[in-house]
Amino acid sequence: MMSEAAGVHATHVEHAHHEELGFWRTYVFSTDHKMIGKQFLFLGLFMMVLGGLLALMLRWQLAWPETAVPGFGWVPEPYMYEGIIPPETYNMLFTMHATIMIFFVVMPILVGCFGNFLIPLMIGARDMAFPTLNLLSFWVGALAGVVMLGGFFVPGGHAASGWTAYAPLSARAIYTGVDWGQNIWCIALILLGISSLMGSINYITTIVNMRAPGMTWFRLPLVIWTLFVVAILLLLALPVLTSALAMLLFDRMAGTHFFLPTGGGEPLLWQHLFWFFGHPEVYVLILPAMGIASDVLSTFSRKPIFGYRSMVYAIIGIAFLSWVVWGHHMFQSGMNPALGTGFMISTMVIAVPSAIKTFNWLGTMWGGSMRFTTAMLNTLAFVSMFVIGGLSGIFMANTPVDIFIHDTYFIVAHIHYVVFGGSVFGIFAGIYYWFPKMFGRMMNETLGKIHFWLTFVAFNCVFFPMHILGVGGMMRRIYNPMQYEFLQPLQPINVFITISAIFLGLAQIPFVINFFWSLFAGKQAALNPWQANTLEWSAPSPPPHGNWGEHLPTVYHGPYEYSVPDVAEDYAPQDRPLAVPAPAGH
Amino acid sequence: MLEYLKLETWLPPNVSTYGAEIDFLFYIIYYITGVAFLLVAAVMVAFIILYRHREGRRARYVHGNTALEIVWTVGTALIVIVLGIMSRPLWARIKQQVPPSNIQVRVTAKQFNWEILYPGPDGTFDTKDDLLLDNELHVPVNRVVQVFLASKDVIHSFFLPNLRLKQDAVPGRTIQAWFEATKPGVYEIPCAELCGFGHSGMLGYLTVHSGGDYEKWVKEQWPPS
Repeated sequence: MMSEAAGVHATHVEHAHHEELGFWRTYVFSTDHKMIGKQFLFLGLFMMVLGGLLALMLRWQLAWPETAVPGFGWVPEPYMYEGIIPPETYNMLFTMHATIMIFFVVMPILVGCFGNFLIPLMIGARDMAFPTLNLLSFWVGALAGVVMLGGFFVPGGHAASGWTAYAPLSARAIYTGVDWGQNIWCIALILLGISSLMGSINYITTIVNMRAPGMTWFRLPLVIWTLFVVAILLLLALPVLTSALAMLLFDRMAGTHFFLPTGGGEPLLWQHLFWFFGHPEVYVLILPAMGIASDVLSTFSRKPIFGYRSMVYAIIGIAFLSWVVWGHHMFQSGMNPALGTGFMISTMVIAVPSAIKTFNWLGTMWGGSMRFTTAMLNTLAFVSMFVIGGLSGIFMANTPVDIFIHDTYFIVAHIHYVVFGGSVFGIFAGIYYWFPKMFGRMMNETLGKIHFWLTFVAFNCVFFPMHILGVGGMMRRIYNPMQYEFLQPLQPINVFITISAIFLGLAQIPFVINFFWSLFAGKQAALNPWQANTLEWSAPSPPPHGNWGEHLPTVYHGPYEYSVPDVAEDYAPQDRPLAVPAPAGH
Repeated sequence: MLEYLKLETWLPPNVSTYGAEIDFLFYIIYYITGVAFLLVAAVMVAFIILYRHREGRRARYVHGNTALEIVWTVGTALIVIVLGIMSRPLWARIKQQVPPSNIQVRVTAKQFNWEILYPGPDGTFDTKDDLLLDNELHVPVNRVVQVFLASKDVIHSFFLPNLRLKQDAVPGRTIQAWFEATKPGVYEIPCAELCGFGHSGMLGYLTVHSGGDYEKWVKEQWPPS
């Protein structure tokens, strides 16, 4: 544990050396948690463009099957035929769209960027517990990204067995025709697992040991609570995936038969291992967004978060439940159906902490004084879209209904309401909210609102109709719905979705312009532009090495003391004592 | 307009005995979640309008309400647990308790076909009178049909949208499934689990024959000697 004295000492040392840090140590191989956070952000945003393009290509095929994708005539055979996507490439497109979006966009931004940037700043520490490990975590993650992208350039193409890589399809090259692509996919995810392990150890250690004086557990901002719980989930879940990936790689390259029944292996073992990781992973993708939403919602409602402690217990409850629900992905898999009921109940029980969170968010809005900044609009979108994504989960949790909707577009709609409607609106809220602290400049609110409204409308036009396709029985991962008589009447919906998806892509242009324009020419940000309470707003914008000057802040009360009676201002920063003592625990 | 809000407008027409019960549960969840969503959305919109920032009005300084929090926690828990208990018997009936029947077929999936094996008049598999058809499943109406599902290569999923049946076919094991069709006709059997480049278009046909029609089909396949 770093004592305050040691912390001050470290700052002096860093200040002394600050001038000597050249370009490489400042921007590339930095050990500063803020720079590493920004690196994760840029990695994630770059990959988001790629993942989005893959999605648009596969949407093109679904709307206008086997016609040339405009602008892609240059792609050589056998990957494309004068712009026409063959089935092998189609399978690669959706596999890599999901892989990139989950592992290289949402995780790097929500966990890598916000975790690194916010944890020391919001708990009042000068940096992470292990800065060098932090540097390694980013660069191993970036290496994983490069290796993953390399898979597009090997003969046979990239992995094409879905992001879930169900064995035996993924376990032998003859089943997909993909040889090195799938191997590279495994290796890249193993690397990412190592990167994530280093990150999560760092997060846990930092939050447990380096909280500023007075920062008790129940004075932590909720976003820090979510990141703490997510770090524990990652620490325990990712090694399971890493082991499973190693076994899959052995099956492919060393002649083992872990998942191949021909040698006594068991295909369902892969699914058990994958989903034992996979369901906690889903909460890794949504919990930090819930934390961001809680902080932004309280700030812009100018009101204490409703039910702080029940929010914390709900976060812990969701995380705990995520370990005992993995079987709901396997109701139709041939897993003993007697297990179905248990997994159905445990899954449905997740509705309880989710409902607690939703009602608490509404409670926070009740009687507030809401400012509709871009960050707030994205947060309100997060709450409402998460409600749809959460409610649609109840259909799938219900074993008899799941018989019909399993592996249909209903699932695709559900995951996108959670991961796009939830995580990505959370990401946008976080970027618009913390951009001033990250880069010392404000983003443009007008462009931000244009971006928000276009994205919100287009998002719903893309993903809501997918529920209808699912009710119609349209299977996920099919190349051409027109091959099925019962799906042909639904084809206009596919066309509508694809056109909306193109608009959704175009709707991101105002964001890109706003982001880069504000980076260099945005209005200078004040210390605390949103008049928020949490500690990061007491550091300069952007914070220097070591975050604060001589003294670390001391914390006097909880993070959500807005509109305290008998206080002139409607906010009360955590590092300033309240004249009237706040109730215990808040 | 209201037509579009009904599930049966979009669901493939149901022709199975237990399909109607699945659809009934589907409707119950649809109504519960629909009402929940509308309530949350209405409250949210109302709050956005009522509690927008206005000069001179201060936000309420409230940290929570224990009674309210207990009510919505217990309320949600009750709804989902009742829903779970309601669903259990149907799940058990479809997936755990296969009714006895002498109409049996073996369905073996392979990239990218359904191989359908009929035991023939002797009612026993692996005898001389077995009949193997690719992608053609013929069954009589109003009779329980037992399906022994297997796979030769990767995982496939045997999907009968109109009969509300889906069951993965896993290499290395035989899984028993069943259905009882209530209406003659021809229905599609897509594969619902990604199984390789030919996954899309892996398609069989279920022909449900009326009683006399089925006898005729059997006579054509196994002419009495």
